[in-house]
This record gives sequence, structure tokens and C-alpha cells, in this order.
Amino acid sequence: MNKNKSSVFSHLIYFIKEGFSGVFFHGFMSVAAITVIAACLLVTTTFLLVAYNIDMQIEDLQSSNEIVVYIDETLTREQAMALKSGITALDNVADAIFVTREEFFENFLDSLGEDTYVLDELREDNPMRDSFRVVMEDVALHAETLKALTELQGIADSNSDVELSERLVQLRSVVNTVSLTLLVLLGTVSLFVISNTVKLALHARAEEIGVMKMVGATNSFIRAPFVVEGIILGVAASVFVFAAQWLVYNYLGAQLSQGLPILTMVPFEEFRYRLAIILFAAGVVLGMSGSVLTIKRYMKV
Amino acid sequence: MIKFQNVCKTYENGVEALKDVSFTIADGEFVFVVGPSGSGKSTLVKLLCAELKPTDGEVTVGEYDIGTMPRRHVPYLRREIGVVFQDFRLIADRTVYENVAFVMRAVGASTRSIRKRVPYVLELVGIDHKADRMPDELSGGEQQRVAVARALVNNPDFILADEPTGNLDPMRSLELMTLLSEINARGTTVVVVTHAHEIVNAFKKRVITLEDGVVVSDRRGGYFGPGRIRHEQE
Ligand SMILES: Nc1ncnc2c1ncn2[C@@H]1O[C@H](COP(=O)(O)OP(=O)(O)OP(=O)(O)O)[C@@H](O)[C@H]1O
Ligand SMILES: [Mg+2]
Repeated sequence: MNKNKSSVFSHLIYFIKEGFSGVFFHGFMSVAAITVIAACLLVTTTFLLVAYNIDMQIEDLQSSNEIVVYIDETLTREQAMALKSGITALDNVADAIFVTREEFFENFLDSLGEDTYVLDELREDNPMRDSFRVVMEDVALHAETLKALTELQGIADSNSDVELSERLVQLRSVVNTVSLTLLVLLGTVSLFVISNTVKLALHARAEEIGVMKMVGATNSFIRAPFVVEGIILGVAASVFVFAAQWLVYNYLGAQLSQGLPILTMVPFEEFRYRLAIILFAAGVVLGMSGSVLTIKRYMKV
Repeated sequence: MIKFQNVCKTYENGVEALKDVSFTIADGEFVFVVGPSGSGKSTLVKLLCAELKPTDGEVTVGEYDIGTMPRRHVPYLRREIGVVFQDFRLIADRTVYENVAFVMRAVGASTRSIRKRVPYVLELVGIDHKADRMPDELSGGEQQRVAVARALVNNPDFILADEPTGNLDPMRSLELMTLLSEINARGTTVVVVTHAHEIVNAFKKRVITLEDGVVVSDRRGGYFGPGRIRHEQE
């Protein structure tokens, strides 16, 4: 029959209308499906966000190109300052800046901000040590440089978080494995749930599908509303998950930064668009593949 | 044109439903297909709309060769055939109007052409005054009219009716057959499978008689059932 441009538009409207009416017609089933998919997406994205935060933390630690080394307090100041030539002679060291313990203490007090009068009496009995701020040429060689520095005579300690960084790398690989496993597992669960809902929809409309086939509707035309229904389920779930992550993440971030000030979480605002896009794509892909697979299986021409 | 050439259809369970069936139906013809139960009439209908493929021989409908056509062409073949079933097969939760509009939308018609065409077809079959009713609020005869309207609405070249009067009383059956022959008079090829002897006899059209999967008679005139004396006509 006469197929023109306006009919393409009216088809689109028809598919979307049918898709939504499918979702509402199977109200309870749809709500159940959206809930399960949302739960799966929530767990998966939570792990992704944990992994992301660990990544950022590692990057932060590893990207610092400075190491502070503390000098054995039994050395005189002259002896301490004389260490500079030994340090700068090492590979990968660009510069070494001597910081006296008095300067260090002042910096420390400054960094604490106001209420530091309680520490004033410590000024006389300074607990700090003289130190060098060592600037590296290549941050990738952090571990090697640190090793060389600590092997020097007169160097007592360093501020380097190599251990923390290594532990985070280990943690990251565990989290990544768990995330991947969950992604596959919960993705399958979501697909299954979408597939079930669409199967129900196909059943409810078997009569109409029969008539459509009989009068010569193409397969893609018959399938479209069910695919739309699947996509609506997936996207609805992803919208809920985005909102939930926003609330939960900020809440956790606030709690964590009070309890453990060393661990800073990446602010939600920094990745919200990326998260939204990922969730939306996941919703569309889950919904679409869930329904297409089901239709292919249960609706032979 | 519809053409059966040495067509055999054997089902998977070994039943030979059609055995070496050959005939040709020209454009614009009105043909009854009759025969006892199990003689292969519905099998013939299913071959015409590509629900089945022939085991042997050739079935041609218009430009389509049913045995060799690719699957993706089947919808387009079906747009050329309007099918009317004995049990109507209307969608129970849609109005008369929607039942008919639905099949236009299903083949990609625009909203505007649907608004124009559906009332016209409903009027043609004489059910336009009940366009907003649901199917179960209609009598059997009225429902069958809706089914005919639905078969007609996409302007097919062929109308194929498998026992369309099976659920109707003789009066309604006669009305429906009259409607189909009016549609035929407008140029549509009509093939009617039926058990209704009186009607077949009354219409004096071409009659193809099947018996046990074989065409035992193909002539103009009345019903030539089994055990009856077969008169030559003209
Ligand atoms: N799907 C099938 N599988 C196997 N055998 C079938 C199938 N459909 C029909 N048959 C057999 O094929 C033969 C012809 O069946 P068909 O339905 O074509 O008869 P019919 O002439 O339409 O009968 P009726 O007048 O009762 O509708 C019968 O013996 C029937 O049992
Ligand atoms: Mg039959």
C-alpha cells in the first residue's frame, strides 16, 4: 500500500504507544522486572564505582613526583645537608631540596589551619626531623628510586606510600575480577527477566500476532513494539539506578570523608555524565537483546 | 493467476493430503472448492498463503512461486491475498473499526489512508453502523462481515475463504456468498472452500471437487459430491 514519509512517523508513534501499553498491561510483571534489573545494575555499578575510585587513588599516589626522605636525627645539620650530593647523584633524581625540621614544623602547623595553639609548646621540643624533598624525573620509577634512596647512609625513613599503592593495586585486581563476574552474572539475570516479560507479552498478543502475520505484516514490524517494551524496561531500571547511585554515593562520600579523611572519593559530579551514558546504554542493550532473543526464539514465521 | 501443477503435499507423519493436483484459476474468477472432510481442502488453502510448501510440483500465486520463494517475501505475498476464516479470528479487545484498521497499519499504511479506506470498506460489507462495537457484541454473520472487510481492506488481488459460512445459518451464508460474489464482480479473484451444498448449487460457479487428495471434478455448475450422479453441465 501507499507508504510515505508521514507513515514512517506514525509507525514510530505506533511502536512506542504499543510498547508502553505493553509495559502497563503487564503492570506487576513490569514492575518486578524493572526492580530486578535495577538491583542488578545497582550492584554492578557500585562495584564499577569502587573500582573507579581505587583507580583514581592509585593514579593519585603514583603521579606524585616527589618523595620526602627523613634524615637520621643523630646526624648534625652539616652532615645532613652534605647528603644532597649523594641524593642528586642517584638515577632519576632531578632535584633534592633540603627542608629543616623547623620549616617542616611550620608547614605542618600551617596545613592544620587555625586552632594550632595547642601545639605551640611542641615548638620548643620539635618532634620533626630534617628532610629532603626529592623530585623525580620519571614517576614510573617511583619504587626503584625509593629503594635507592633508603639504601643511602643517613636516610632514616620516607613518606612514600609505595606499600599502600601496591596494596591498592592488589585490591583493584580483586575488585575487577568481582566486577566482571557480577557483570556477566547479573547481566544474564537481567536478560532472563526481560526475556520472561517479553515472553508474557508475546503470549498475551499471540492472537494479534497471528492476524498480523496472516495479513502480511513484516517480521520487523511485528517485533518492533516488543523490542520497544524491552527497551522501556531496561531504560526505566537504569534511570532508577542513576538516581539511587547519586543519593547513595554522595551519602557514602560524606560519611567516609568524616571517618577516614585519607581516602577521598571522586565527587559524583565529576563522572555523572559518563555514568548516565553507561547506564542508559546498558539499559538499551539489555532491553533490546533480551527482547530480540526471546522474539527470535518464540516467534517463528 | 493461481496455478497448481502436479502438486503433492505429504505431511511429516506420512499423510498424503494432496496427490498430483493440477488446476489454474484465472484473474477475476470465482471458484468453489468442495470435498468431504479430510480431502485436502485446507491443505490447498495453506499452500496458497505459503503456510506450507508443496512436497512436489509447483504452486504459483501471482508472481510468487510458493515452493521456492524466500521467507522474507512471504509477507508481500500475503498482502495480495485476503483470507477469511471459518472462526473469523477477530481480535477480541479491539473494536470493529480497529480490527480492520489494524491490518492496514500492519502493512505500513499511513494514518490518513487508514481514515479514508476503513469506513469505505465497512460500508461495502454493510457493517459501518457498528464500527465502534466490540466483536463479541456482534452476531456471527456480522462478525463474518467484519472478517470480510478485514480481508478486503488492503485491496488484495485474491480473496481466500476457508469455510467462511461454517458458523452461519443458511440465510446469513447466502448473504455472505452474495457479498463475496459482489466483490468478485469488482474484479477480485475469489476462492471459497465450503461444505454448503445448497449455496454451491445456487451460484452456478466453477466448482473444484477434491476427494482423498485428488481433484475428481472441475466444472461449472453445482455440487458434485461423492456418491452423487455426476451430470455433465453444458
Ligand atoms: N498438520 C498436519 N499434519 C499431519 N497431517 C495433517 C495435517 N493437517 C492435515 N492433515 C491431514 O491431511 C489430510 C487433509 O487435511 P485437510 O485439513 O486439508 O482436510 P480438509 O479437506 O480441510 O478437511 P475438513 O473439511 O474437515 O476441514 C487429512 O487426512 C488430515 O488428517
Ligand atoms: Mg479444512
